[in-house]
Amino acid sequence: MKAFEIVTTAINPQLYADLVLRPEAGAVTLFTGHVREWTKGVRTMYLSYEAYVPMAEKKLAQIGEEIEQRWEGTKVAIAHRIGELQISDIAVVIAVSSPHRKTAYEANEYAIERIKEIVPIWKKEIWEDGEEWIGDQKKKPEGGLI
Amino acid sequence: MISLVYFAGLKDQTGVSEEQVDMAGKTVDELWQWATEKYPEFLSGAARLAVNEEYALPTDVLETGDVVAFIPPVSGG
Repeated sequence: MKAFEIVTTAINPQLYADLVLRPEAGAVTLFTGHVREWTKGVRTMYLSYEAYVPMAEKKLAQIGEEIEQRWEGTKVAIAHRIGELQISDIAVVIAVSSPHRKTAYEANEYAIERIKEIVPIWKKEIWEDGEEWIGDQKKKPEGGLI
Repeated sequence: MISLVYFAGLKDQTGVSEEQVDMAGKTVDELWQWATEKYPEFLSGAARLAVNEEYALPTDVLETGDVVAFIPPVSGG
């Protein structure tokens, strides 16, 4: 396994927590993002994730570097799963260790926000009566080159 | 030659995951203009272009052997 990776099989979060744990760390935050059944009243049957794998792994590593520069003493590991995922499966895991807890919480949330901005991964929701690629949920971009 | 790769909804619109074009020396913006003429559906959404796995500026100039990815709005997490 790698500290920043795209995987195609079930994620074991403990492996990523273990990867960032060090003697100087007094806190580890472990975030797992899961497949949600209901979104705005619409029932999802399952999700299909696609990634531009080599670039996605580079961008995950970039997020780790951003965090380690912004919050001194942190260590980060991130994995995102692609392919078909069922309800409650883990889609993403983010592990951050730091000397103190506040930083570990803040840095972990920063990581998921950045994933949603810059990492080339796409989610397709499959419903009972259709399917759709989901775009950036943080902002509604105008059409065209951005 | 330049290699183009498409993802997610943009790939659905092109019907192919990759193709080659002879556009060395052109800018990223010129490539985008070419792509929207070939695939007018692109204009209904947004896209970013990455050259060799890094987000590119519209003014960046393409070189032979570059791989350009058409990246619709991302939705990981």
